[in-house]
Amino acid sequence: MIDWLHSAMPHLTVVPVLLPMLTAALLLLMGGRRQWKALVNLASGIAGLVVAVALLAWVNDRGAPDAIGIYLPSNWDVPFGIVLAVDRLSALMLVLTGVVSLASVCFATARWDRAGVHYHALLQIQLMGVNGAFLTADVFNLFVFFEVMLAASYGLLLHGSGRARVRAGLHYIAVNLVASSLFLIGVAVLYGITGTLNMADMALKIPLIPAEDRGLLHAGAAILGIAFLVKAAMWPLNFWLTPAYAAASAPVAAILVMLSKVGVYAVLRLWTLLLSTGPTTTAFGGTALVYGGLATLALAAIAMMTTQLPRRLAGFGIIVSSGTLLAVLGFADAPMLGGAMFYMVGSTLAASALFLLGELIERARAVDVAAAIHEDETDHVPFYVDFVESTGPNHEEDEEAQAGQAIPAAMAFLGLSFTVCALVIAGLPPLSGFLGKIAMLTALLDAFPQRAVAGLWSMSGPGWALLSLLIGSSLLATIALSRAGIRYFWAPQDRPTPRLQVIECAPIAALLLVAAALTVRPDPVLRYTQAAAASLMNPAPYIDAVLSAKPVPAPVPAARASADGRAR
Amino acid sequence: MEIILSLAIGVLGASGIWLVLRPRTFQVIMGLSLLGYAVNLFIFSMGSLSTGAEPIVVPGLPATLLHYTDPLPQALVLTAIVISFAMTALFLVVLLALRGFCDTDHVDGEEERQ
Repeated sequence: MIDWLHSAMPHLTVVPVLLPMLTAALLLLMGGRRQWKALVNLASGIAGLVVAVALLAWVNDRGAPDAIGIYLPSNWDVPFGIVLAVDRLSALMLVLTGVVSLASVCFATARWDRAGVHYHALLQIQLMGVNGAFLTADVFNLFVFFEVMLAASYGLLLHGSGRARVRAGLHYIAVNLVASSLFLIGVAVLYGITGTLNMADMALKIPLIPAEDRGLLHAGAAILGIAFLVKAAMWPLNFWLTPAYAAASAPVAAILVMLSKVGVYAVLRLWTLLLSTGPTTTAFGGTALVYGGLATLALAAIAMMTTQLPRRLAGFGIIVSSGTLLAVLGFADAPMLGGAMFYMVGSTLAASALFLLGELIERARAVDVAAAIHEDETDHVPFYVDFVESTGPNHEEDEEAQAGQAIPAAMAFLGLSFTVCALVIAGLPPLSGFLGKIAMLTALLDAFPQRAVAGLWSMSGPGWALLSLLIGSSLLATIALSRAGIRYFWAPQDRPTPRLQVIECAPIAALLLVAAALTVRPDPVLRYTQAAAASLMNPAPYIDAVLSAKPVPAPVPAARASADGRAR
Repeated sequence: MEIILSLAIGVLGASGIWLVLRPRTFQVIMGLSLLGYAVNLFIFSMGSLSTGAEPIVVPGLPATLLHYTDPLPQALVLTAIVISFAMTALFLVVLLALRGFCDTDHVDGEEERQ
């Protein structure tokens, strides 16, 4: 297995981009045969997941310094052509994308892919954009993959049409178009200063920039950062997220969860590479990330208290997760970041599952889609009104009859799944959200003495704020989610049993089983994320690996090529 | 040259931002287009500004930015133009759909309450 991987390796890197693109082309050519399209989409999703897992296995199998796969599309020389690079973080994100998108496709085949023409093709294009953004090592190529991803997401968000979706879609598109303009300005400034678009090359050029140009560099980086932080949903750039994601159809919302992670990933990659550490680089932006992340975390946790709709709860859950990641990233501490990545895996899966579950719960309430959307729009959820109406005076006979009533299997499945989602999102024991938070908190407490030496965070105020917010946000999320759980599963008595299809329950169960498996065997995953964080905080091997990659036929002798690489 | 270009970028950018913040969908789409033009000109200005120079290295002349213009910003602008054009077209469709659903061209789909 591993031998086979090593022989296939540099070329396997491009598969996560090519496979969805070719599948999308095929799906567009297939016309109206919906069931065949669903089959092709599922098969391609499974193949993509297998490739992603193979990449992860390869990266994990290699030792720490050289666990980076480099692929040169079109065989161009390094700083001039586009480079694809897969390291631990990229491979982890690819696997996560594969799992989430497969669940989305599986769920959509039951019902939702009938709501519009091109659901399957758009999903594959979305997948191509997301995978490409995780793999590319070139800033402008990152922009192109961002646009591919966004263009598909505009189409997907409008999937199913309707007033609420078009309205939310208009805001979503306008916000993202402005963010794309900022992205271009940031890239242009960075190119103007460093003269390169390759991330690794840029990381080498930045320490050489004279002091009088540093201000321009920082302005460009800040503008680029705003473009990413809009996507990653940092406060105050995140007001678009919850309405848009809550208006999207359930399988689309489940895959949109990955888009926020792309924003976080871009900040992680570029900030650690360009501006976080290094002897000559002045650290820039760390404080903004810490305080922005903390504000995001606090406000999203409070916002969770304002709603009881599962889809909106999941939307705020995404923002809580983003806030945690960004704040932890700002501390630039590898063990903390490793814990945060572990937390991110669990919370992404749980948020996706909660979006899918939200639709089944709403169906269980025997509310038709149009009414549910209307309710969503005004965010008006009456408190126990139906509960109060349905019980009336409490007779002894009624109580006995209820005591003997068995819980229908469908209701039991929904209730259990909701509980698992709530435990992971709120970070309660025994599931993976708790383990991730423990890993972060342990590393945070360990980090304090060293901080005093470094002088950067000697006041430790943000550290204490993060500590209390991690715990406090758990409490608020627990209150919000258990309140919703009581409302949907405990209080109602005369609800008709929902009819669920296996193909709708299977993806939710699979997502939650993966999240639960993280609890049963956390050790290898945690070790993996710690190694990923350590390699992010020490970007020199990544830079070396990218810049020392050579085109296959080697048009110039190897010694000269590497000498050129150094000189540039 | 620099003054004219920066003035153009400034005017386009400022008008674009003002229009994006307006409540009518048509104003927003015009604003997004103007912002796109400003950004495209800005990318040009990040290469070297030179009149009449080609991005082709001629034998005999040293290959520095004094003698030829940087080809990369031109490639970037081309990509950016294509993408922003497609996105504007898509936005136009959504704008018309919202108009059809809500019978108003307000960005929120309903008029502000007085």
